[in-house]
Amino acid sequence: MEEAEIARATTRIAHQILEKNSGAAGLVFVGIAARGDHLAYRLAREIERIEGTEVPVGVLDITFYRDDIGLRSEAPELHETRIGFDISGRTVVLVDDVLYTGRTIRAAMDALVDFGRPDVIQLAVLVDRGHRELPIRADYVGKNVPTRKDEIVRVALKEVDGEDAVIMEEPA
Amino acid sequence: MIKHLLSMKQLSPDDVTHVLDTANSFREVGTRVIKKVPALRGRSVVNLFYENSTRTRISFELAAKRLSADVINFSATGTSVSKGESLKDTALTLQAMGADAIVIRHPSSGAPNALTRWVTGSVINAGDGTHEHPTQGLLDLYTMRERFGHIEGLRVAIVGDVLHSRVARSLTFGLSTMGAEVTLVGPPTLIPPDAPSWGASVSYDVDDMLPKLDVCYVLRVQTERQRRQFFPSVREYSRLFGLSRARVAVLPEEAMIMHPGPMNRGVEIASEVADLPRAVMEEQVTNGIAIRMSLLYLMMTDG
Amino acid sequence: MADGFLLRGGRLIDPAAERDEQVDVLIRDGVVVSIETAGGSAAGDAEAIDCDGLVVAPGFVDLHTHLREPGGEDRETVASGTRAAALGGYTAVSAMANTEPVADNAAVIQEVLALAAAAGSCDVYPVGAITKGLAGESLTEMGEMASNGVRVFSDDGNCVSNPRLMRMAMEYSRAFDVVLAQHAQEPALTEDWQMHEGPTSWLLGLAGAPSEAEEMIVSRDLMLARLTGARIHMCHLSSKGSVEMVRGAKSRGIRVTAEVTPHHLTFTDADLADYDTNFKVNPPLRSEPDREALIEGLVDGTIDAVATDHAPHAAQDKDKEFDQAPPGMLGLETALGAVLALVHAGRLSMPRAVEALSTSPARILRTTEHGGPVQAGAAANLTVFDPNAEWVVEPPFASVSSNSAFIGRALKGRVVHTFLRGVPTVFGGKAVR
Repeated sequence: MEEAEIARATTRIAHQILEKNSGAAGLVFVGIAARGDHLAYRLAREIERIEGTEVPVGVLDITFYRDDIGLRSEAPELHETRIGFDISGRTVVLVDDVLYTGRTIRAAMDALVDFGRPDVIQLAVLVDRGHRELPIRADYVGKNVPTRKDEIVRVALKEVDGEDAVIMEEPA
Repeated sequence: MIKHLLSMKQLSPDDVTHVLDTANSFREVGTRVIKKVPALRGRSVVNLFYENSTRTRISFELAAKRLSADVINFSATGTSVSKGESLKDTALTLQAMGADAIVIRHPSSGAPNALTRWVTGSVINAGDGTHEHPTQGLLDLYTMRERFGHIEGLRVAIVGDVLHSRVARSLTFGLSTMGAEVTLVGPPTLIPPDAPSWGASVSYDVDDMLPKLDVCYVLRVQTERQRRQFFPSVREYSRLFGLSRARVAVLPEEAMIMHPGPMNRGVEIASEVADLPRAVMEEQVTNGIAIRMSLLYLMMTDG
Repeated sequence: MADGFLLRGGRLIDPAAERDEQVDVLIRDGVVVSIETAGGSAAGDAEAIDCDGLVVAPGFVDLHTHLREPGGEDRETVASGTRAAALGGYTAVSAMANTEPVADNAAVIQEVLALAAAAGSCDVYPVGAITKGLAGESLTEMGEMASNGVRVFSDDGNCVSNPRLMRMAMEYSRAFDVVLAQHAQEPALTEDWQMHEGPTSWLLGLAGAPSEAEEMIVSRDLMLARLTGARIHMCHLSSKGSVEMVRGAKSRGIRVTAEVTPHHLTFTDADLADYDTNFKVNPPLRSEPDREALIEGLVDGTIDAVATDHAPHAAQDKDKEFDQAPPGMLGLETALGAVLALVHAGRLSMPRAVEALSTSPARILRTTEHGGPVQAGAAANLTVFDPNAEWVVEPPFASVSSNSAFIGRALKGRVVHTFLRGVPTVFGGKAVR
């Protein structure tokens, strides 16, 4: 996926979110660090451009909720968590860059539930690469990209990596 | 992260930075309504306290619980310990119970070292004799970094009974590792002659030091020491080294006052000084929980 | 049944006879029968033992051992301790008086002698206490103990800290050809001590005993020896300052002798960094310059003898917090290896090593039975060792206890045979009794 494709997908997802939720009322974005949050900000900007409404954006680091703590050879990098609003009674759209096994989303939902009781949780991802290991599905998908299990899929974003791209890599 | 934390000297500058950075995330957890994450669910942490210390024990207990770990408190009175059970036998019992981490506070220097020979879990030194108190040192470094944005180059004076202070040792080693300028201040009888090899300068004149400090770290002075003739009287000690209102006036405006607690108000620190806004003892306590969460998390998950 | 032994082709090192050469030694009926140039003897009825590559020496004599019996049998007995001694090449040991009850009277002395005779592994010369109960207050009946064979008096474990009492003891002792052995430690400067006072003790947060606490008493007792004309022996010197003072005193004719332990020649306070209680000893292990000075003192004869200060402790007593554990470590089975490390490093000559382990201590003890000279008619108290045998120190030991700082250490040099009055107490590296 290239920069233009990513931009079009972002715009489309923003429209889809507004359509499914009949507008932006009661909507909040929670982006999963470290790229989901930037995507969440982009979606919020799109929605403001389309509807003129400001949707709150929060950042969630799920490291402490992972199910593989202490099992990986390399410890995951910690990022900031900042959710500066009450999520109870709201529609939370979780945003992440790649949906794969579903375990990150499971961890994110456990974390969200500690912050409050949302009315609804929806999931928006830029890339769905298949191989789900848990019963988790995305409501909004930028692009479905079939992959082999051993392939590596990375999303690069201008805010972090200097460019917008979806990169497929062979295993090391 | 290292398996056992016995001494501040085990931590490189990168290790210290890693612990402090991770503590930021845990400080945020402390601001949530549900101050808990499941990171150490199913693990057990034993608080093995042979010295009465409500403050430190509660801090470790909260830290472990906020990580969803199971906590067992083992204090020295009213248990098999008071019936003469050896440290080794207590350790083997805890080992048989499957303790993942043991936090030990003990009046004998080196007791945590001995413990590592008998258990397979992680051992964290919560204060051993007059040797070290590394978690206190780390939370003090964190407090300084939060205030000043950095540790390197900070001018810190540690004032008081350095010779018998485990807090002073850990803090001096930590500050030295992170590139701060440390001066140990007190009467000659209470400063080890070898201090320069710890990375610190020595001064017997606190008034000389005050105008040039970023942090004035005051140690508790036990009146017990006066009985052993380390100084002639509490009155003279206070007069020469006590942090009085007059002395605080000479400190730079931005300088911070710290104390590991508990304080002897009126001896090493004037009561009114202890209550000044720039005396950040409460911040130290709050930061203590985040730092201990950070250590437990990193050590028990190989972070 | 063989009659005696022929030690064939070993290197006989006998400082008392100024001998260092390859010989055949015939021993029978408890004595040395003959010494001939190597290869020159027929074995006859004697059992021939090939000593090629081995050193034959007068049996070692330890001036400073704690056999713990009576009273401390859970840590060591006369039987187990003398067995350990024989394995270490010793044919005689001085057993210190801090037993329970204290060896401050003839009855305890006789008991220890009887236990040693029954065990038969090694001769024991019991040490008598200087003060009753080691309390440092009143003198023991030195005369009676001397007539029971006591040649050394010591309150070791404790320091005789009262100068007046020490003076009296020294003057009184001149009536008997005995020596007073002082454990030099000024109590007022060593309250609660755990290790050597210095950079390591400040780092580890352990109370320290400064070198000066030993040096003050060494200095004082040298002056008292000058005043009284008595013989004084300094136990387990540990500091550079002490060595310098003894050197100066000897040059001025004061009748002082001195000993050093194998562990003070090997380790320093840096070895305590991990709070291993096996390294906790009294006097403590000090700095590298102190260790250097002790080695030099041994080389130049300022320090006459190596003495083990073999101090067994039960595992449950050492397996504790550092400040709860009693000081002391084993020494009998590792002394030779530790001393030979200095020989292999080129610091000490082999004859000087043998002199320090055997000849000099025997002289201080005033015994003619041990320490050489190895000659026809002399009691056959000998040890044969392989100076190049490599081994790693591991428990179990012949000693009842296992508190050795040498555990896990590779040593080069080990006893093969030990003979007590011509009878093997150790044969082929194994204790016979």
